[in-house]
Amino acid sequence: MRRTGTMVGVGLLAASLLAGCGGDSADGKTRITIGMFGNFGYQQLFEEYEKAHPEIDITDRTASYSDHHKNLAAHLATNNGAADIEAVDVGYINQFKANPGQFTELSSDIKDRWLDWKWEGSLSKDGKQIGYGTDIGGLAICYRRDLFEAAGLPSDRDQVSALWPTWEQFMATGKQFAAKAPAGAKFFDGGPTVLNAIVGQAPTGYYNKEDKIVVGDNADIRKGWNLVSQGVADGLSAGLLHSTPQWNTGFKQGQFATLACPAWMMAKIKDQAPDTKGKWDLAAVPGGGGNWGGSYLTVPKQGKNVDKAVALATWLTAPEQQAKVFANAGLLPSAPKLYGEQSVAMKQDEFFNNAPVGKVFTDAARALKPQYQGPKAGDVQTAMGNAMLRVEQGKQSPDESWQQFVADVEE
Amino acid sequence: MKTDWRERRHRWDIRYAPYAYIAPYFLLFAVFGLFPLLYTAWVSMQDRNLLDGDAATFIGLDNYVELLTADPHFWNAMGNTLSLWLFTTVPQILFALGVAQLLNRRLRGRTFFRMGVLLPNITSVAAVTIIFAQLFGRDFGMINWVLGLFDLGKIDWQAGTGSSHTAIAAMVVWRWTGYHALIFLASMQAIPTSVYEAARLDGASGWQQFWRITVPMLRPQIIFSTVIATAGNMRLLAEPLLFGAGGETGGSDRQFQTAALYLYEQGFKQFDFGYASAVAWLLVIATVVITGLSYLAARRIRTD
Repeated sequence: MRRTGTMVGVGLLAASLLAGCGGDSADGKTRITIGMFGNFGYQQLFEEYEKAHPEIDITDRTASYSDHHKNLAAHLATNNGAADIEAVDVGYINQFKANPGQFTELSSDIKDRWLDWKWEGSLSKDGKQIGYGTDIGGLAICYRRDLFEAAGLPSDRDQVSALWPTWEQFMATGKQFAAKAPAGAKFFDGGPTVLNAIVGQAPTGYYNKEDKIVVGDNADIRKGWNLVSQGVADGLSAGLLHSTPQWNTGFKQGQFATLACPAWMMAKIKDQAPDTKGKWDLAAVPGGGGNWGGSYLTVPKQGKNVDKAVALATWLTAPEQQAKVFANAGLLPSAPKLYGEQSVAMKQDEFFNNAPVGKVFTDAARALKPQYQGPKAGDVQTAMGNAMLRVEQGKQSPDESWQQFVADVEE
Repeated sequence: MKTDWRERRHRWDIRYAPYAYIAPYFLLFAVFGLFPLLYTAWVSMQDRNLLDGDAATFIGLDNYVELLTADPHFWNAMGNTLSLWLFTTVPQILFALGVAQLLNRRLRGRTFFRMGVLLPNITSVAAVTIIFAQLFGRDFGMINWVLGLFDLGKIDWQAGTGSSHTAIAAMVVWRWTGYHALIFLASMQAIPTSVYEAARLDGASGWQQFWRITVPMLRPQIIFSTVIATAGNMRLLAEPLLFGAGGETGGSDRQFQTAALYLYEQGFKQFDFGYASAVAWLLVIATVVITGLSYLAARRIRTD
């Protein structure tokens, strides 16, 4: 899950530093705190768990994506203030699992619940499991039916999917769109988002298996870079960096017609622009498959109620609960057992014009070839986003910006 | 002998009691100021991961050497900090003088306005930044909307160095002008009116009175304000962080990454605790130097 709430910022940082203390609440219940970012779809589950365990009182706190992870780092460093359960996004899990001593080792007995690669993603080098998987990203393309129609393109999801088996054809469709698009509407939100989707499909990402950054020699990424830069030059991009306030406004103003959509992105669209209900739909992602984002629940060792926290984290990430989260928030489960279940596979989403989200995303999850994420994959992703943004802002040519990016991350 | 002893105790009392009275402050400073400072100095000489203090290794001044000789991002951040210092400190003091001068007149609801100028200062930075983000938005910002009315095109505030510094400086100046204005106002009221009366008799205009009497008489307060503003600016973090929507790189090309923001990036994004501590210490040194320079500059205000 990668949902940067952004502007909430420093205030929350201060607040969560103060709210760090766990322990027992006044009425004799054991208080379990859980630190999250964005919408994990857990609210109903908390109530359900409290009902079944009257002695437990769950307190949740939510910060923006980057604040949450930085707070967690600070709390671990000072051995004070972490929540009993802390969510960690895939972009940060490698940095944390490099120091497994900070976390409670979780039982491997229930390993089979998760996709193999999801399980391994939070496994430290010495074989300690620090986090149970929540959701995975998967990939599709969310698109605006109304804008497609206005530009004379088909709006039916199967026809739209057929427009772009490859990213080259995606960009070609973009040019058609741009030729007749309504004023102010661009084809995609911003270069960094599209590039993230392309990178997520490559067999190798930023790192090789020896944890060396290989982005400079990665032909797949370079090819994607050139393609997206060309799209930007062709005026297909709204020039918005994902997860910024400007990007959020872009949803409300209809500034872009397509968006690379991991499952969690759909919850974000609903949060940002409830008025656009019914205008969105879901098509297949060019190139097939791919992954972007997904989270884990960890239990820091410093907590006062480690055993109860482990029990809660285990329960929250169990397949039954993942199915409920998928039903109410649309986050794609990391438990493969669910992909065969009717309730998951047949799920449709009213907001997205009754798109068969269950089928699209479970297909995507099955087709997904996991990519190895190195220690600072999240940082490299940020640097790449900045590099593409420099091109969009006209500050550098695509070549200059690429060279600076490679030099920055490989230094 | 007895009186002698009493005499001595009395002398000690006079001599040392004041130290005892101010000791609590210094004790607190030692615990919350000096100790962190020294501990940071110790950490800054280590190669240390934020999450793994046990595995730290002592590397002497290597972090400093790398920062000063091989880290263009650090120098870029220092440059931005200096630029923002110029963009914020000078207008802050000038505006504050003007506001104080206005508040010093006889006007209706004086207390209301005097309290009012402090409001921006007590507003949370996060709230301020949200509002200013609306003003300085690229596509739907108010300033660009006004520019559009006059067909002046629109500015991508975050993209440029000058434009982003202007936007951030506007937040800082807006927030702190009132604070300094109140300090100036308080001492303006202490200037004897006879001085102005004499000047008026000599035929000095209002403007001349302001620059020749008011400003020189406020010299100590201006020095104080300059020092406070400088020290505050050197650790400017929240405004650029939030202006960049939570990104600690300060824009796509680090065009508005301040030194404090770079420290934050190194420490809490890269988890490079030793390196971040070295940045912190260089920042302390730079703050002392720049505060000293601005003190000297402000002292040049003529008092004759």
